[in-house]
Amino acid sequence: MDGEADASLAVSEDAGNGRRRRVHGMLKLYYGLNEEGKAAEQQESLDPCDINGPHFDPELFLNKLRRECSLAELMDQETCMVKQIRSLDSDMQTLVYENYNKFISATDTIRKMKNDFKKMEDEMDRLSANMATITDFSARISGTLQDQHAQITKLSGVHALLRKLQFLFELPARLNKCLEMQAYAQAVNSHRRARCVLQQYSHLPSFKGIQDDCHAIIEKLAQELRQKFRDGGSSAKDLSECVELLLQLDEPAEELCDKFLNHARSRLELDLQGLEAEIKPYSSASSTKDPSARAPSSAAAAGSPTDNSPKATTFLSPTSNTDILEFIDRGCNEFVSSLCLVITSYQELFINHAQTGELASKNIPQMANGKLHAFVNDLAARYFSLVERRIQEEKGVGDNSLLVRALDRFHRRLQAVAKLLPGSDVPNKGTEIVIRAATERVKQYLAALQSFYLDSLTDVRQALATPRLSVSGASAAGGGALLGGALSGRDATTSLPDLLSSLSASILNQIKSVLASVHLFTAKDITFSNKPYFKGEFCSQGVRESLVVSFIKFVCQSSRQFCESAGDKGGSTPPALLLLLSRLCLDYETSTISYILTLTDEQFLVQHHSPVTPVTSLCAEAREAAQKLLNHYVKVQGLIISQMLRKSVETRDWVNTIEPRNVRAVMKRVVEDTTSIDVQVGLLYEEGVRKAHSSDSSKRTFSVYSSSRQQARYAASYTPSAPMDTNLLSNIHKLFSERIDIFSSVEFNKVSVMTGIIKISLKTFLECVRLRTFGRYGLQQIQVDCHYLQMYLWRFVSDENLVHFLLDEIVGSSAHRCLDPAPMEQSVIEVICERG
Amino acid sequence: MEDDAPVIYGLEFQARALTAQAAETDAIRFLVGTQSLKFDNQIHIIDFDDENNIINKNVLLHQAGEIWHIGASPADKSVLTTCYNKTSDSRVLSCAAVWKMPSDWEMGSHESSDDSAHNPQALELLCRLDDTTHGNAACVLWEPMGDGKRVISLADNHALLWDLQESSTQATVSNIASLEGKGQLRFTSGKWSPHHNCSQLATANDTAIRGWDLRTMSQIYCIENAHGLLVRELDFNPNRQYYLASCGDDCKVKFWDIRNVQEPVKTLEEHSHWVWSVRYNHSHDQLVLTASSDSRLILSNMVSISSEPFGHLVDDEELSEGEDIHKDEKTKEPLKDSIVSTYEEHEDSVYAAEWSSADPWLFASLSYDGRLVINRVPRTLKYHILL
Repeated sequence: MDGEADASLAVSEDAGNGRRRRVHGMLKLYYGLNEEGKAAEQQESLDPCDINGPHFDPELFLNKLRRECSLAELMDQETCMVKQIRSLDSDMQTLVYENYNKFISATDTIRKMKNDFKKMEDEMDRLSANMATITDFSARISGTLQDQHAQITKLSGVHALLRKLQFLFELPARLNKCLEMQAYAQAVNSHRRARCVLQQYSHLPSFKGIQDDCHAIIEKLAQELRQKFRDGGSSAKDLSECVELLLQLDEPAEELCDKFLNHARSRLELDLQGLEAEIKPYSSASSTKDPSARAPSSAAAAGSPTDNSPKATTFLSPTSNTDILEFIDRGCNEFVSSLCLVITSYQELFINHAQTGELASKNIPQMANGKLHAFVNDLAARYFSLVERRIQEEKGVGDNSLLVRALDRFHRRLQAVAKLLPGSDVPNKGTEIVIRAATERVKQYLAALQSFYLDSLTDVRQALATPRLSVSGASAAGGGALLGGALSGRDATTSLPDLLSSLSASILNQIKSVLASVHLFTAKDITFSNKPYFKGEFCSQGVRESLVVSFIKFVCQSSRQFCESAGDKGGSTPPALLLLLSRLCLDYETSTISYILTLTDEQFLVQHHSPVTPVTSLCAEAREAAQKLLNHYVKVQGLIISQMLRKSVETRDWVNTIEPRNVRAVMKRVVEDTTSIDVQVGLLYEEGVRKAHSSDSSKRTFSVYSSSRQQARYAASYTPSAPMDTNLLSNIHKLFSERIDIFSSVEFNKVSVMTGIIKISLKTFLECVRLRTFGRYGLQQIQVDCHYLQMYLWRFVSDENLVHFLLDEIVGSSAHRCLDPAPMEQSVIEVICERG
Repeated sequence: MEDDAPVIYGLEFQARALTAQAAETDAIRFLVGTQSLKFDNQIHIIDFDDENNIINKNVLLHQAGEIWHIGASPADKSVLTTCYNKTSDSRVLSCAAVWKMPSDWEMGSHESSDDSAHNPQALELLCRLDDTTHGNAACVLWEPMGDGKRVISLADNHALLWDLQESSTQATVSNIASLEGKGQLRFTSGKWSPHHNCSQLATANDTAIRGWDLRTMSQIYCIENAHGLLVRELDFNPNRQYYLASCGDDCKVKFWDIRNVQEPVKTLEEHSHWVWSVRYNHSHDQLVLTASSDSRLILSNMVSISSEPFGHLVDDEELSEGEDIHKDEKTKEPLKDSIVSTYEEHEDSVYAAEWSSADPWLFASLSYDGRLVINRVPRTLKYHILL
């Protein structure tokens, strides 16, 4: 209380404002109004001794003062309090005064206001009266103007109608004018606007007249448009405009489509005819164009027998020289691109346009689309048939790249059609054509390979038949063919390996080049190569199976045929050829087949979805063919020698022959032939394994054969008293020796082949001897012959015991068949044989 | 089981000629002719006791020469023909003759079976079929199923038809057919067809097979190049009149339909050397026997070209006893041509093979070393054919 009171006292005099504020504050306090800033103070003033607090208790305060303060202080306190009370009273007076003033002025104001409102009330009354008058007036005016307004409205309506009528009446003229100016669009537009009205009022004769006029004109216009449409000389834009207008003229869309398509058709037909014209002369003249490559096949295939080839050469039309690429090019550029154009404009006109316009409701897009598809399919079918015909004429297998490129282009261009016409199966058909062409091509290649193979064989045959010709002669005989070089200046025996290698190389080369040609079909830059067919089936079924595998099978089969046909009809195939082919097949079995197939698989990345012929089965087939050929070779050669031996035995009178002085010439011939066969086989086949290698001369072995065993046998057999012994000995011998299969399979080596041939020959000798009867010298001659054979034949066979055994049998049998068996001295035999 | 094992009989001499005794239908009997230049040749009469699996032999002397071919009369058990070589003065002649066995040969053998070889009886000569103007005889053929009055002999390039009279003691040539052509033509073999009333003959010369009509003695067909090499022998299918089997030096056995001689109906290539003999079974013509100089005998089952290509067809009467199922099984069975068996009992070339005339399931084969082997058709096959 003290500080604040002091301060308030101190400033009360000089600062009236501050004081007043504080007074306000006090008043507020007094009246319990809270001032935010005083909150803390208020709380403190709970003290009942606080004189300013609300809980002030004067008793307590006084008691407190009395207890605590001294008299002086109490005195001071008293003075201070008086002072404060005084100031408070003055403050109160001031306030009352001030408020009184304000109340007075407020009372004045209220009185003044009372007067003013009175005036205003009067004016408002006047105003409302005036307004009522105005309303009244206005109602009167509008009432008077009512009639005229209606009239004016009517008049303006009539005006508009009249303007329309005028338009209508002027319409024919206008249309005519438009027609003259060829402003068809405007005319159609005008007519369209008038059409409904005319239609509606057509029962009125005047309108009817106009309508008729309009109709006539529009008809004319439509006629003109149609004409224009039909003429077709107009540009696409014109045409589309035309169509649009016609459509607006309610021309039936179907008819228009038909017309449009017919029109397009006629133009496309021209293209097609052009293409067709190219095919026809081609077929007759193709043979002359590229004689080296196509001559044999296309001449045979040329479907026009009316003109023969010399005629065709002279009457070559320039167009007939188009190759397939040009043809396809032309087809693409002319036909396909026009077709695309037609499709685009058609779609623009009938489909896209219709979809936006009001025509969409009439199902026109669907109808138009259907028509378009039919149209495209029809024309495309014709185009395809032409292309196929043309492709079929492509018989020559010389250059495949041209065909592939042509097909590629063909296929590529069809993709454009596919894009334009999404639902169409034209591209599929096109792909089918490509696929057909490819398979056809593969077939042609197979045929070409086969004929090449047969030609090669013919060449080899000729080469074998004319072995000792000079260089020029040989190459001429070979016909300048691939083998001509290999033959030159050599005789048949030395050139066998060369023939084989050149034959096999040329076949391999041919296969490779064919593979390369076929490979073009699957090249990356070719559009159709990524079709699933070309990725999968073409590679595995087409190329691998029907080309490579078939060819290998063909080789095996044709080889086998040599065995069969020659067997019965007297060996038309030269034995050397059999040998050569056998070696060829064997080479195929060991390496070539797997090489070719690996090559194919690598080149074509064949993924075997479908089962394919495994290499092993092909190899087995080749081996079988090789075996058969070699067996047949052995048989043929054996029979040739057999035949000599047989004739020599059968034609001689063995009973009345003279004492042998020489080895018979036929035996020398046999040895000679055997030697030459040995050389021949040795050229192509390895030596093979001999059972008992007798490094020594034939003499040693023969002496063993003749002196010990044979003599023992002779001694037994010539003893008249013991006929059983012969059989016994021979049987015992047979018991311990293996059974000999005469015409049995041989192994792929020289020794085995020679063994086979010698077996056949000697067995024949044996059987023939058994059918004859011998005199003493007959037996001796056989002894000499056998010794001679023994001297020379042992070296060819795998097991010389075999030769011994068979020769033993021959001598033994002839001894049995001898009327007077007196064998010759071994030494004499040897002398005769050595003399030759 | 044990009777499937082959029965082997050894002759002392080499032999080529074998025949079944055609007129004998009860006993299993084969005749073998030997070949020896130094000793008297023999005819061995081989009786086979089927039940005891025992062979009984009887020997008759054939002193005229070594026997190349033998033929038994279809009518008279004791009559047979041989072709033999006669050597005299360093000349070899082929002759043919009709012989009669001595009536008591069986008796003789029983009495002295131990020393029959030492003291055999000789054949009685009935008549010679010699006609020196017609060259060397290759074989003599009896008229099949005939009365034993007609034979054909093939001599060089002639086929002579003989009539035997006066109980075969006289023979007269009634007809001659000759083969004309370039070179020295010679019949190697022949067969009298049992069909067409026995009016046809087939002969082989070199690589050709020819058919002859015996009424006119003219050629009726010719299979040129029937075999790649020499044709060794032929045989007629006993049940199919146009079917003919041939064998030859090309190791093949071929079956022909003589109405179409361009191509054989079937070819077998099982032997590894010349095939010397081919024989149809008399009753079951799917069974074909071939003998070869590869020392093998092969029995083939040629169902597809037999008279019963669909197996044995059961008669309706038999069917009445509910055998339908049986028949169904039959027809379903795949009937394929097959090799039934290869017999390797011989050590030397087998030149002849013959079916027994009494037992259709039994056959004999003869190899050059004088070994005769009697074999049976395997039981399974036998039952398969019969049932």
